[in-house]
Amino acid sequence: MNPSSAITAVTDRFPEAVSTSHTYRGDATVILRRQSLLEVTRFLKEDPEFQMNFLVDLTAVDYSAFGKGGRPAFFASSGVAVSPPPLIPDKDPWPGPPDPSRFVVVYHFFSTTHKHRLRLVVPVADADPRLDSVSDLWPAANWLEREVWDMFGIQFSGHPDMRRILMYEGFEGYPLRKDYPVNKRQPLIGPLN
Amino acid sequence: MLIDTSFLTSRMNEALGWARKYSIFQYPFVTACCGMEYMATACSHYDVDRFGAGFPRFSPRQADVLFVVGTISHKMAPVLKRIHDQMADPKWVVAFGVCTCTGGFYDNYATVMGIDTIMPVDVYIPGCPPRPEMVLDGLMKLQDKIQDQHTSGKRAAPEPRPDNLEV
Repeated sequence: MNPSSAITAVTDRFPEAVSTSHTYRGDATVILRRQSLLEVTRFLKEDPEFQMNFLVDLTAVDYSAFGKGGRPAFFASSGVAVSPPPLIPDKDPWPGPPDPSRFVVVYHFFSTTHKHRLRLVVPVADADPRLDSVSDLWPAANWLEREVWDMFGIQFSGHPDMRRILMYEGFEGYPLRKDYPVNKRQPLIGPLN
Repeated sequence: MLIDTSFLTSRMNEALGWARKYSIFQYPFVTACCGMEYMATACSHYDVDRFGAGFPRFSPRQADVLFVVGTISHKMAPVLKRIHDQMADPKWVVAFGVCTCTGGFYDNYATVMGIDTIMPVDVYIPGCPPRPEMVLDGLMKLQDKIQDQHTSGKRAAPEPRPDNLEV
């Protein structure tokens, strides 16, 4: 199944679940509403046309600071800052952030039988950062969802063991959120530097 | 250690220092990529055994020198401190690589900004990773410190870390 036919298959099957979709450089992306996440992922895993039996990655993005900083600095080989070169026009431009929501959770699927890939993007609002867990369908999601909870503070309902995985007990805040202070230190022992 | 500074005892102490500096039992606390460079130093090309330090002990109770090799995270810091506390005196600490010396480029929520914030350090070997020559140089400096400690009878105090680090 090629990228565009995968998108068509998902969109035809779940017209009300898919908000938008695009292909970018040969990779198909489907942007889902979060209520229908479990339904669509179960279909992707069990449908004989898809058979997405391999969860490659599960992560999240915090878009709250996206596009709000200055333009990135460019440095000549001498080390002097120069203005960026004019953008080369792209036939297939990046579509930008998928949704005005603060977070998105990104699922990358691969089928070892059909050798095709699909990316699911699920926007999650800042007010209620909560999503259904897919760890029943892919056991690999267990630790990945714990990592997303640890780093971004997005809860996964139905997860068997929703604890921090990288940071220690007693760590406050979610360090990969863009509003986590970059200089904030929470040492277990020793001074605060 | 040095109560009577007569000729005999001072000669005896020098001999003790000589013996001690050439029989360093090291505990490698290896957490990151510097470990590869540590292995290169320990193997036959550079041969740390020429300096009597070729025998890593994997129990802190049998070790003299703690080699802290690689980035130390805040989650790991209590473990490292405990290892250091378990070592019997006399003991020395070598910070191997820039991450253990200062935190290196990991200026973030996860990393200890230099292990000297949690324990005294005798020799700093910067570098990312340090060349084996630098490690051997640091090891020889440590040997000098061990010898001096026995000759002069007092241990050089570790350099105090500034309270506030300006970046």
